[in-house]
Amino acid sequence: MTGRVWRTFRRNRLALLGGVIVLLLSLGAMLAPWISPHDPTKGELPNRLQPPGSWGGKLYLFGTDNLGRDVFARVLHGGRVSLALGLIVVGVSGVIGVVAGLVSGYAGGWVDTVIQRLVDVLLAFPYLVVAIALMGIFGPGFVNMVVALAFKEWVIPCRIVRSEVLVFKNSAFVEAARAAGASPFRILFRHLLPNVLPGAIVVATLRVGWVVLMEASLSFLGLGIQPPQPSWGTIIADGRDFLFRAWWISTFPGIAIFLFVLGMNLLGEGLRDALDPRLSRMPIPE
Amino acid sequence: MASYILRRLIQALPVFLGVTFVVFLLLYLTPGDPVELFLEKGGRASPEEIERLRQELGLDRPFLEQYGQFVLGIFRGDLGRSIVHRRPVSQLIWERLPATVELTLVASSIALLVGIPSGVIAAVRRNTLFDATATLVSLAGVSLPGFWLGLILIVIFSVTLKIFPAAGRISFAMDLAPGTGFLLLDALLQGNWAAFGDVLRHLILPALATCGGMMAMTMRLTRSSLLETLHQEYVQTARAKGAPERRVVLRHALRNALLPVVTAIALNLGALLGGNMVVEAVFGWPGLGRLTVEAVKTRDYPLVQGCVLVYALTYVILNLLADLSYAYLDPRVSHRGRE
Repeated sequence: MTGRVWRTFRRNRLALLGGVIVLLLSLGAMLAPWISPHDPTKGELPNRLQPPGSWGGKLYLFGTDNLGRDVFARVLHGGRVSLALGLIVVGVSGVIGVVAGLVSGYAGGWVDTVIQRLVDVLLAFPYLVVAIALMGIFGPGFVNMVVALAFKEWVIPCRIVRSEVLVFKNSAFVEAARAAGASPFRILFRHLLPNVLPGAIVVATLRVGWVVLMEASLSFLGLGIQPPQPSWGTIIADGRDFLFRAWWISTFPGIAIFLFVLGMNLLGEGLRDALDPRLSRMPIPE
Repeated sequence: MASYILRRLIQALPVFLGVTFVVFLLLYLTPGDPVELFLEKGGRASPEEIERLRQELGLDRPFLEQYGQFVLGIFRGDLGRSIVHRRPVSQLIWERLPATVELTLVASSIALLVGIPSGVIAAVRRNTLFDATATLVSLAGVSLPGFWLGLILIVIFSVTLKIFPAAGRISFAMDLAPGTGFLLLDALLQGNWAAFGDVLRHLILPALATCGGMMAMTMRLTRSSLLETLHQEYVQTARAKGAPERRVVLRHALRNALLPVVTAIALNLGALLGGNMVVEAVFGWPGLGRLTVEAVKTRDYPLVQGCVLVYALTYVILNLLADLSYAYLDPRVSHRGRE
């Protein structure tokens, strides 16, 4: 099966391009402490607001901000925060959502009703609205942001996994397992889980970009990551007051977000076509 | 049809109650005493005064009774009082809502005007350069952070080219008598063309910054839905009868293909409303999004609660309307439940 999946995926040039973009940006973020030419939080005031490509002992590839900090170093380090948050939120929500979806779909009855009404209720809240309100209550910070974003995010894998479980629930291999006396726990995690996992992986890939966008929005509003720690959203906010004199401060982190989200979406769609073509007919709610 | 409407209304009830409960919990679980928050903004108070305020706000009652009062208040249009503004929350929201709704409507109009035609062309010319480009552009549209796009648009069109204003809904110098709060509509009703143009110029950049996601979704949905209907038998029949291809696509296929698109759009209006929040902050747009963000930042919890509630209820209502209109357009839907 992996051979077929890889062959389909490899033929999809856009998906490969997405994969390369994501890989490069992730490498840049992971290796930031070693490849970054300057300290991301320490500025050199004499070198403030220098345009991209200027020289201050070392190269300022993306220019400097109003405190003389290297924008390139900040974008690299900001990527660490943004990408880590995206992965953690999608990971945590993925685990919660997959388990809830498995249970909801397999148990049926009132368990299913309760979980699905909860899903309906959470879907009614616009993503950013609920995240902003929760950040207002919890206060800013990385962990609080994970909770505020995962609060609604788990709903999406839950819905998709549930609908897949409904398809497999009455199939021969589940019937056989049940007849052989397998416990519901075993049926869920040994028999159903492997079948819904490809779908869950596709959904997770498609969602990472979205979560990164939400992190950027929250941090831009000043409700997420707090200065001086850089994240892609906070750097854009830093540059906002200097748009007229120093366009580069806000522009480069924005391009980084755009490329990462685009890459993730291309990758996710390629994975979907290769792993689970049925999913393309299933709209992913926001 | 009537029984379908009723059934759908009854189904919406638990969601409505759930939404109000979550919103109520939001304030209930907030750390700190709401009374102290009130007093913090208004100076010192004696213990008696604190006790009186607690009774006034109903905070001395049991949890479920407080929740019941909250839900009854919603039906009366009473969402409590803002701590910062010292005015009813519902009043504040009513003042800001038109700005957000106007922006959302203009943004979705742009999204539809571009999204549907390009989706049709992409479907008809499948696997051509246009199709590939449209698909890639729409993917780029979803991936762009709207607030960042807004900043870039300001740099290009306001700062450099000076074509469009960078902030606000209307110029200070412009004379427009107050009316519905929907400035485009007000200007039209008063026949004030100068103001109409001015308001439109203020709307363009924020609308462009917000419409990307919806435009992409409309385009892709129109494309896939049309491709599907083009293979249906009635379309083949129309073709076999010798109808010109243009007529086959636009009259026979597109009409049916647009059905799922319409529902998806109605559902997405709610998401667009929420997505506007950050763009409103960028453009100094005096709408609900900015009110919410300000309320969160000033810890004005009753106002936060009211704003979140309005967003969520809008979604529930739009969802309901989408389902009902879908049932109206496609009678098969309302019958399916009975089988």
